[in-house]
Amino acid sequence: MTSYTDYTAGEPVVDGRAPQGPIAERWDTRRFEAKLVNPANRRKHTVIVVGTGLAGGSAGATLAEQGYHVVQFCFQDSPRRAHSIAAQGGINAAKNYRNDGDSVHRLFYDTVKGGDFRARESNVHRLAQISVEIIDQCVAQGVPFAREYGGLLDTRSFGGVQVSRTFYARGQTGQQLLLGAYQALSRQIAAGNVELHARTEMLDLIVVDGKARGIVARDLVTGRIDTYFADAVVLASGGYGNVFYLSTNAMNSNATAIWRAHRRGAYFANPCFTQIHPTCIPRTGEHQSKLTLMSESLRNDGRIWVPKAKGDTRPAAEIPEDERDYYLERIYPAFGNLVPRDIASRAAKNVCDEGRGVGPGGQGVYLDFADAIARMGRAAVEAKYGNLFDMYARITAEDPYATPMRIYPAVHYTMGGLWVDYDLQTTVPGLFAIGEANFSDHGANRLGASALMQGLADGYFVLPATINDYLARNPHQEPVTAAHPAVAEAVAETEDRLNLLLAVDGDRTPDSFHREIGELMWEYCGMARTESGLRKALDRIPQIREEFWRRIKVPGSGEEFNQSLEKANRVVDYLELAELMCLDALHRAESCGGHFREESQTPQGEAERRDEEFSYAAAWQFTGTGTAPVLHKEDLVFEYVHPTQRSYA
Amino acid sequence: MKLTLRVWRQKNADSPGAMATYEVDDISADMSFLEMLDTLNEELTLRGEEPVAFDHDCREGICGACSLVINGDAHGPERTTTCQLHMRSFSDGDTIDVEPWRASAFPVVKDLVVDRSSFDRIIQAGGYISVPTGAAPEAHATPVPKPDADVAFEHAECIGCGACVAACPNGSAMLFTSAKVNHLNVLPQGAPERETRVLDMVGQMDDEGFGGCTLTGECATACPKGIPLPSIAAMNKEWLRATRKARKVGR
Repeated sequence: MTSYTDYTAGEPVVDGRAPQGPIAERWDTRRFEAKLVNPANRRKHTVIVVGTGLAGGSAGATLAEQGYHVVQFCFQDSPRRAHSIAAQGGINAAKNYRNDGDSVHRLFYDTVKGGDFRARESNVHRLAQISVEIIDQCVAQGVPFAREYGGLLDTRSFGGVQVSRTFYARGQTGQQLLLGAYQALSRQIAAGNVELHARTEMLDLIVVDGKARGIVARDLVTGRIDTYFADAVVLASGGYGNVFYLSTNAMNSNATAIWRAHRRGAYFANPCFTQIHPTCIPRTGEHQSKLTLMSESLRNDGRIWVPKAKGDTRPAAEIPEDERDYYLERIYPAFGNLVPRDIASRAAKNVCDEGRGVGPGGQGVYLDFADAIARMGRAAVEAKYGNLFDMYARITAEDPYATPMRIYPAVHYTMGGLWVDYDLQTTVPGLFAIGEANFSDHGANRLGASALMQGLADGYFVLPATINDYLARNPHQEPVTAAHPAVAEAVAETEDRLNLLLAVDGDRTPDSFHREIGELMWEYCGMARTESGLRKALDRIPQIREEFWRRIKVPGSGEEFNQSLEKANRVVDYLELAELMCLDALHRAESCGGHFREESQTPQGEAERRDEEFSYAAAWQFTGTGTAPVLHKEDLVFEYVHPTQRSYA
Repeated sequence: MKLTLRVWRQKNADSPGAMATYEVDDISADMSFLEMLDTLNEELTLRGEEPVAFDHDCREGICGACSLVINGDAHGPERTTTCQLHMRSFSDGDTIDVEPWRASAFPVVKDLVVDRSSFDRIIQAGGYISVPTGAAPEAHATPVPKPDADVAFEHAECIGCGACVAACPNGSAMLFTSAKVNHLNVLPQGAPERETRVLDMVGQMDDEGFGGCTLTGECATACPKGIPLPSIAAMNKEWLRATRKARKVGR
């Protein structure tokens, strides 16, 4: 048997949908060339949407408004609880309301550069164009963005940019945008255009004659396994950061929908591109179940520092000014505390590795608001960041107005995901992936306040335009029934897997395996990666998988509400996805964005890209559990933004 | 810390439930309340018993999933969500009662998990502004006075957890409903549907079997997001205004 790391290179994968011509005209061209479905015919088409976050909620609402019959799923008890709700800081848009030199082109440029030249130019430009429409749409829905006294919208700055283009609703922008999408979706549910299945989790994709035609899903209350059929399937199930166990993702966010789609033929692109967010609250002990983010917007006014001396254990207040190292301001004077996330995270790791970290275990750096409070007054700081300060105080029992916050990087977002073309269609015809579930727009590092922008761009504007083309070209698909062999097989595989999980009756909990794989990934596939470390992880993962199927213990039965079973089934998929992430990180022997290979760095310790060899998106094809996948490369062509070594100094 | 937990166990909606007693040890003050329950569940799993089912997701106090009545208080002794409640609020040797939200419009699904889909149906009845994607005017076309925007935001903060209902002796959903009505009705964008919104949402709320409001104020005291009690008065005013207007046009 060949080893997992002996992957083979397959045919290059090509995005056949992005039009040629001037970049600013490509989206218009595509929309014009895309076939349309007659409004009267739309109700004959059923579209499945999995997930109700910013991407899924906005897509479901918009497709229903257009007249399609939408069948939508979320595993939460209500579509309003999708994890987009936890996004704090804001949403970017090239409105240039500040007259500070912003433009669609600048947002495009910043995003391509911020992504360290590993994203597709056509996609990113479209995203920047659509950004302005998103703000209009959300304001019309009643999203209460922050406003100035004149009644106009306020903006603020975020990392990696020098303009003020981030719209926000205090520290709860994600919540407000999600509720806007949820309310639009609710209107369509009431109108009978969306059939919503809450507390229902997708467990497999149904592919018939090469096309995505439905899903297998489990009713989490009754345990019933059901099949649902459609003319197209849209996955908006979010990212896979929870493979690391500790992350800022919600506890139940998981990779099952995209991983099962991958197993059914959808290529998985750039799985090793994960974002480690620099400003999270450090962990307190073994019991830690998740990590909490402190919005990047805090870096607008907070100053990051550590003591100059190693092992300095004095309280922050007793360390005089000249014995503090404001290392971001020192190393990156142009951007200071507002460098992109990957750079801020790595810098924090470096100072902690040097022994200059603060707090328990030395795993933390200070984020200090003393200067901001002196400059603006406590009331102004409170108005801007009050809810974040309260959250910090509640979790740590420390007062951030009096002593500096302690922060440390944590897994936050995954840039990788299912490979999609310009139409957001995966390599399985009829299967689309939107939002964090796809890989397309952020390259190797996502800029702050761009996830909300991308989720809503995909859901409100891109997918509803491009899915028309697919449905118009496939107007009369044969109805699928439960009796079809492909359906029966998908159902049987799902039932077998769940039954096996219940039957093992071993001596370890699903959480204990999740924690083990998470720690392994953080150690070897986290902020800094090396060939030897990745190989160690790749040796270990199949052993953990083997042990899992021998020792897993899941109490209860499958025919009831069973959270242990849900959890165990998600861990099954993490144990496979983790392997692909490590292989992708191993094969990409360069550093770029959030992917830092220690072997590839500049003399200053910055990520060093190797464009001649790695200027491509890596799209992996599944061949079987633990067997070497096939790598398909999509070459990235830069016509408008010339790749340079990123410099924020 | 060492604690005694008395937890509501109920197999499903059709079975009767009862309080069950468990001991937990080595609980750190830095744990969140849900991490303490995780610890219990790990032990129960290894003993081959079914873990305690409870709703939770973001664990950052924003998704609104967690929903426990702790020692008789919705979300426990602090004014926050259960996931943001930490064990430093308790002392070694304490006995803690843990129950689900209790309200006839929130039937128990299992153990501490309840069905809150009635909230979704109240929103579906009118908790939105009808603006199909693409139909929006330029964002700056309609300035919104900052005080109005702030009032809208204050009400829009509701996370839909249902603590207001659980805390109310009548099981009323007035605070939840008024939060959404006020969020949208105070904005110029929400004005065209101002009357139908409040009438339809209140109508749905009544149909779902929530109790009437007697202004005891327990809801606002329990609300982790601080939705203020006058929110209910503002909705009543909107409702009266809409009712008078509807009579005039013969609705």
